[in-house]
Amino acid sequence: MNFRFLSKILLAIFLIFASNTVFAKTIKWSMQGDSLTLDPHAQNEGPTTQVSRQVYEALVTRGLDMSIGPQLATKWKAVDPNTWYFFLREDVKFSNGQPMTSEDVVFSILRAKQPTSDFKEYISTISSVKAIDKYTIQIKTSKPNPILLNQLSNIFVMSKKWSNENFATAPQNWDAGQETVFKKNSKWWGDVEHNITEIQLLPIKNAATRVAALLSGEIDIVTDAPVQDLNRISSSAGHKVESTPQMRTIFLGMDQAADQLRSGNTGDNPFKKKEVRQALYQAIDIEAIKKKVMRGLSEPAGIITFPGVTGYTKALDKRLPYDVDAAKQLLADAGYPDGFEVELRCPNDRYVNDEAICTAVVGMLGKIGVKVNLFAQTKSKHFKELKDDQGDFYMLGWGVPTLDSHYVFHYLYESGASWNKVNFSNADVDAAIRVMEGEVDLDKRNAAIAKAWQIVKDDISYLPLHHQVISWASKSNIDVPIRPNNEPLFRFSRVN
Amino acid sequence: MIKYFFKRLFQSAVVMLIVAFVSFSLFNFVGDPINNMVGEETSDEERSQLRESLGLNDPVHIQFSRFIVNASKGEFGISYQLRRPVSELITERLPATIELVFISALIALVSGTLLGVYTGINRKGFFSDIILAISLLGVSLPTFVIGILFIYLFAVILGILPSFGRGEVVDLGFWSTGFLTTTGLKAIILPSVTLSLFQMTYIIRLVRAEMMEILQTDYIKFAKARGLSEKSIYYKHALKNGLIPVITIAGINIGTLIAFSIITETVFQWPGMGFLFIQAVQFVDIPIMSAYLFFIAFVFVMINFIVDILYYFIDPRIRVKAEAASG
Repeated sequence: MNFRFLSKILLAIFLIFASNTVFAKTIKWSMQGDSLTLDPHAQNEGPTTQVSRQVYEALVTRGLDMSIGPQLATKWKAVDPNTWYFFLREDVKFSNGQPMTSEDVVFSILRAKQPTSDFKEYISTISSVKAIDKYTIQIKTSKPNPILLNQLSNIFVMSKKWSNENFATAPQNWDAGQETVFKKNSKWWGDVEHNITEIQLLPIKNAATRVAALLSGEIDIVTDAPVQDLNRISSSAGHKVESTPQMRTIFLGMDQAADQLRSGNTGDNPFKKKEVRQALYQAIDIEAIKKKVMRGLSEPAGIITFPGVTGYTKALDKRLPYDVDAAKQLLADAGYPDGFEVELRCPNDRYVNDEAICTAVVGMLGKIGVKVNLFAQTKSKHFKELKDDQGDFYMLGWGVPTLDSHYVFHYLYESGASWNKVNFSNADVDAAIRVMEGEVDLDKRNAAIAKAWQIVKDDISYLPLHHQVISWASKSNIDVPIRPNNEPLFRFSRVN
Repeated sequence: MIKYFFKRLFQSAVVMLIVAFVSFSLFNFVGDPINNMVGEETSDEERSQLRESLGLNDPVHIQFSRFIVNASKGEFGISYQLRRPVSELITERLPATIELVFISALIALVSGTLLGVYTGINRKGFFSDIILAISLLGVSLPTFVIGILFIYLFAVILGILPSFGRGEVVDLGFWSTGFLTTTGLKAIILPSVTLSLFQMTYIIRLVRAEMMEILQTDYIKFAKARGLSEKSIYYKHALKNGLIPVITIAGINIGTLIAFSIITETVFQWPGMGFLFIQAVQFVDIPIMSAYLFFIAFVFVMINFIVDILYYFIDPRIRVKAEAASG
């Protein structure tokens, strides 16, 4: 064996070694929950969508700044309020090398409308989808739908051929709660901005263990770091914490329809009077809750929606001032100088520090003479009993996946709406909601949204508390841009 | 003999029936599964359709008899959350729990016996006091606190053991084992020691008490008088007799270990049955919850049944009583 031959072998070994270690960049990602399924249309649920989005793409998508932009479709147009055309990219290949055509897109949207899909309600206004040519599709809606693009950004496209071969037969044998590995697709059509080759998703249920795994270096990034551990993580060498307001607002609801409170002592329903609702509002010291309960990680809210949602303005989000004396006066004016008694229902495992927030509210309302009895329980019971109309006074949080005010009005304010448990009803607001659903002229639509917000804000139908803040903790060399919907986009992430 | 056997079998069946009823009742009293299965925006008609298709609208006795028939076949329906057969999920998670429990029982038995003998012999020693004090901590500190302490010490500060998971597993087809890889072996150390502490304390104290009692007996004194070596007296003659109750207790407690593993598995993200159960509780995934309850009860009933039958052969007094009764 001569020297040149030997050096060739050594070089080859070095290259293999180098390509595995120097160029392989892995991100180990952990959060509390796991995806429920790898089927992109089966479950409309937070972590599941987060996982699907690392693998699948939609016609349009939200970028890092949360604005809608092209993804599999390069452009689109609505020829009339009910008919849309989408023009597809022609260079997209699935990871098995098969090129994507309009047939796959049509198949995917129809698949998401199947009775077993969790997205069927979500895109219920889509009445027909058809392929016009190889790279053009037409979508018809049953009524004008201004938020169609929002909705389509969550409908993932999969290969028709592959799906029929693999999904049609049996449920997949994949075990939730354990390791899921994502490998880089070298056939991807876009400009690669990341430098990673692999993502490993390792869910860890217990918060203390999750933090320990991050600190010991077994995990690179945690996308639901517990509030109480943030200081310790950021003070540990080689780790950092990033925070941003989340797309969820926490608030309290008061039933204004019942003639008598189920848990009251006055024989009537004080919540019917706006003065009472305002008194409770002004008696809550939201800055104290932010400082003591949320450790600074919350943004006090004036309305039940947050920056980034169509219709949100800073002026609307301004709260009434905290003023105990004014609150007492309002109560007296309303005819309850000695206050009243009511039960506050709260979940204790749904929102960040939910039970602690309620406990703080109990003390604050006690100062104006309203005796609040706290009833905190697990989320599955809390929400069921709320649905069954058992709550006088309750906590709820609301996220807006479509980033449009309609989502808030349609569920929380419309007469008889499924989560309108304060039983708010106002003909002007209902009319404005109809406009939001049908009006494609954006100026008119925005005017309707602004009007509706002003009505419900003035009425104090709910007591807004704060917008939640999310925090991601990671190693210092990991750069994953934080996003308000808590969804990492690893295609923009870097390992340094 | 046959009568005794059937009597025990009948008692076991009654217990299982009661457990079956309790696990069935879960379907009716723990939250509303429909709320967890569908999104918040699902209409009321769709909710009632789903109730109908899951059979939640049938009368209680029909639901119960359907439950019993399916349970006896090992079928507990489809998980609400994961949409997969529960029996399949449980068999997938079984190896992780069994391996954890096996190693824990082994650690508890071996170290518990050794430390028990040591403290039994050196009753006033300095080390005995320390062992007993630490073992007291093992019983009084909750498992999750011990688990977290271990994680911080061995994973975060020392960085020598993994803080979560099962490491690499080798799939043997019918069984997935972590015993064949280094990462798998490393991963099992912390959870199994955590889980074993309670048992270990129990065994230390039991062995210690047995040893102290036995060392006072005449035959030990006689052995000493005969000039046998200390080693031979302690480990051959004394320990042998002291171990009989220990083995009985340890056997029965394997059931307890499986049940206790819920907490340990959650702390260490150990992908076993207990972990599956905790996930199910939070999602109100009743098919998994009731299947788990049923399974744990079955393990307990089976162990008790086997122990009862073994007693019949081991302890002549029971045999005589049983025969007199049938006589």
